[in-house]
Amino acid sequence: MTATPALEAVSPKEIPAKTGAPLLAVEGLRTWFHTFSGTVKAVDGVSFALRPGEIMGLVGESGGGKSVVGFSILGLIDPPGRIEDGRILFEGRNLAGLSEAELRQIRGRDIAMVFQDPMTSLNPLHTVGRQMDEMLQLHTDLDAAARRARCIEMLESVGISRAADRLSAYPHQFSGGMRQRVVIAIAMLARPKLVIADEPTTALDVTIQAQILKLMRRQIRDNGTAMILVTHDLAVVSEMADHITVLYCGKVVERGPTDDVIRRPAHPYTRGLIDSIPDPAHRQPRLKQIPGAVPDIRKLPKGCSFKDRCFRAQALCGEQVPELVVQGDRAHACHFPLTEGDSR
Amino acid sequence: MLGYTIKRLLQMIFVLWIVSVIVFLMMSFTGDPVFMVIPIDSTEAEIAQAREILGLNNSLIEQYAVFLKGILQGDFGRSYVYRQPALDLILERLPATFEIVLVAIVLAAVVAIPLGVYAGANPNRASSRAIMSASLLGISLPSFWVGMMLIFLLAVQWQMFPSSGRGDTVDLGWFRTSLLTADGWHHILLPALTLSLGTMAIILRMTRAGMMEVMRQDYIKFARAKGVSRRGMLYGHGLRNAMIPVVTIFGLQLGDLIAFATITETIFAWPGLGKLLIDSIYRADRPVIVVYLMLVAVLFVVINFLVDIIYTWIDPRITVK
Amino acid sequence: MAAGFLSSEFVHNYKRNASAIAGSLILVVFALIVVAGPLMVAQNPYDIAQLDLMDAFKPPMWLEGGEARFPFGTDGQGRDVLAGILYGTRVSVLIGLSAMAMSCVIGTTLGLLAGFYGGRLDAVIMRIADIQLSFPSMLIALFLMSAFGTGIDKVLISLTAVGWVVYARTVRGSTLSEVQKEYIQAARVAGLRDGKIIRRHILPNVMTPLIVVATVQVGTFILIEASLSFLGVGVPITEPSLGLLIKNGFDVLFSGLWWTSVFPGIVIMALVFGINLFGDFLRDELNPRLK
Repeated sequence: MTATPALEAVSPKEIPAKTGAPLLAVEGLRTWFHTFSGTVKAVDGVSFALRPGEIMGLVGESGGGKSVVGFSILGLIDPPGRIEDGRILFEGRNLAGLSEAELRQIRGRDIAMVFQDPMTSLNPLHTVGRQMDEMLQLHTDLDAAARRARCIEMLESVGISRAADRLSAYPHQFSGGMRQRVVIAIAMLARPKLVIADEPTTALDVTIQAQILKLMRRQIRDNGTAMILVTHDLAVVSEMADHITVLYCGKVVERGPTDDVIRRPAHPYTRGLIDSIPDPAHRQPRLKQIPGAVPDIRKLPKGCSFKDRCFRAQALCGEQVPELVVQGDRAHACHFPLTEGDSR
Repeated sequence: MLGYTIKRLLQMIFVLWIVSVIVFLMMSFTGDPVFMVIPIDSTEAEIAQAREILGLNNSLIEQYAVFLKGILQGDFGRSYVYRQPALDLILERLPATFEIVLVAIVLAAVVAIPLGVYAGANPNRASSRAIMSASLLGISLPSFWVGMMLIFLLAVQWQMFPSSGRGDTVDLGWFRTSLLTADGWHHILLPALTLSLGTMAIILRMTRAGMMEVMRQDYIKFARAKGVSRRGMLYGHGLRNAMIPVVTIFGLQLGDLIAFATITETIFAWPGLGKLLIDSIYRADRPVIVVYLMLVAVLFVVINFLVDIIYTWIDPRITVK
Repeated sequence: MAAGFLSSEFVHNYKRNASAIAGSLILVVFALIVVAGPLMVAQNPYDIAQLDLMDAFKPPMWLEGGEARFPFGTDGQGRDVLAGILYGTRVSVLIGLSAMAMSCVIGTTLGLLAGFYGGRLDAVIMRIADIQLSFPSMLIALFLMSAFGTGIDKVLISLTAVGWVVYARTVRGSTLSEVQKEYIQAARVAGLRDGKIIRRHILPNVMTPLIVVATVQVGTFILIEASLSFLGVGVPITEPSLGLLIKNGFDVLFSGLWWTSVFPGIVIMALVFGINLFGDFLRDELNPRLK
């Protein structure tokens, strides 16, 4: 990604209701895919928590298992994938233990999802109105007229003009950005408590990205909804999220409040991600990329998965997998974490 | 829409013209029709006279002009065998074939689509695998042999069904149908089943393939994330998308049914177009063959046109132009 | 190379796929029949000197009146049904394979030319293909045979006439996308002759999808040939295929003499089923979209 979408200067810190019991707590989640060429441990012991109204950024390179976390929460993992272990506590209920019928009651109503590619996430053969109405039919007792009114109201609130007319339009009659607005409108229709947004702007033009992010943040704030923002783009997260969870090869490598993590990353991988943000605000002399590529997740090296790309790697990193060390609201999984002294 | 229809109409006329040329050429280069119309003991002079009357001494172009003019006026000549206008013969047999093809395709669709949806939605179940193996067997069976076996077991051995003919019919004035009598249904079931097996298997496989393809799409996952039930996902979101490729082959399948009706009708002595065609081929009854081919060509061209129109109903992304 | 193939996913999936194994076993049996069929029976069913009318209409050996000499019984001329099947299978399979090979060569060539040169040539070839595709193969073949008369050569011509289209279309499609690629452009700039580019670079890259088409087509051709022969416009009586055997059996079926048509029918079903089982497996393996 290139330029960072500039957002309005409302700090995410002003969001209320961030204290108290977590809305969602994921504990030791393992989601594995059993394929011919080996078991893909796409998510391998991931934990994090999210309070009502909070925005959490789930960050990592592609292939890092971020999307799988989102699908695991909603119980949308299909064979050969399987949730092997761990708990997904949503308002105290373990979603990993629910039946399909029970999960259906939660999907859309309590937890909604926004997908990456708006060109493919709407059914091409149904009108936009029908796809919106379906959500309300499933999760509310409203009559047809009330549902229609709600759909129109929702479409207008995501910035689609002539909303009443647009209900009878088909997805192919909308641009990509407009479609993503529709997808967001559908996600917000039933006033969910949590929205999982999986790379919601990646497939869009840079100019549209900023608009969509702004829209999402406003929707989230207005409805008091919490959000997990799954993305590879740390720049987006730094503007949007209250706290960050960084994934590498299916494991959490760093976790903490956004500003804190961005200012003083503990894990070299996080540092690498920050350094590759092409943001003039950070005034780095030139763009740095993390050397190498994400290893084949089926054949991870012994020890730390990141060691082959790490500028601080030592013998120990090849021997032993670093444990996640929790210190207050920060956590990292590195044998040799960066400290304040390791300035860039 | 009007522009599109006109364009398609011109294309259809072009195709029909090509077919008429091919049919004419094939007929001209094979066999000598003069021997079909004259008595066996004709003299040389009589043969020459007959040739002159038939226009066989003219150039090919002139003969084709006469042929084309005849076609355009609905005059395909008289059947050498039945001694009546070939077109009348064909039209008289048309309802019987229409009915058997109709029953066959409805039977195929009613059985195949639900099974295909099931197999596509649950590809790894044992029952799905059984359905798929059965459908593979369905496309591996020679339909004429299936017909024979049905006749042998159900008609000859156990005498549950009649082995041939069309049974009682009701004359609707312009259309003689056997679908309004119990006896007619009793007669049509075996041949229609025989005819439909291949099509049934193919529609099933296409539905399954389409369903599997659709099930991988993001919008299905998005629908699931909305909390849509499995049933709603399969039939509400999946089926219509999966039907798009099936509609494509529907036209072709209809064509295949008409083609294979020749065999089924022959086995079951069903008095339709197909049996007439085969009889006419045996007897080199050229005018009848020509009408049959031209009629079938018109049918196929129209079917293809209709399939394209149906497309636009199913898929809002496609607009005719 | 060989070791790499044996440990590949293709072989692994094959070993786990019961229907693929069943299909290929059936095909092995039929390959044996085609190669050595006549050696397996004592009688040459088309040598009239070896036939005895006294043996006519003997039932299969396990029924009353059957003889071990004729395990599947005999037909009206005292011809061993098994011998007829073994000879007939040969005819059916060879027709299917030859017609497929001819269709493949002609269709691929036309598809390559259409895709590589485009323009008017492309338009003409594809227009013919379009028109032809709107008519069922069976009907076109039936029409051609009714004009030609019976004969193995004529069956081959008719099947090829309907079979080339699918190759031409597939190959043209892949050629079009291949021609766009940079290495072809580079080869053209480097001054390689068109023929060489087509043979060396394009042909190998468009072949894979044809494997499935070709496999399944052999089965289709065997069925069409059987249907034509059943209608009496296929192979001549002197060289009967399985289809013609069934037709001959049909004429006596109503008298209860079922074995002359039941056994050839089972054989043709097994043959085409084997081909389709294997073709199905190939389709799943060679179509990367489904993985």
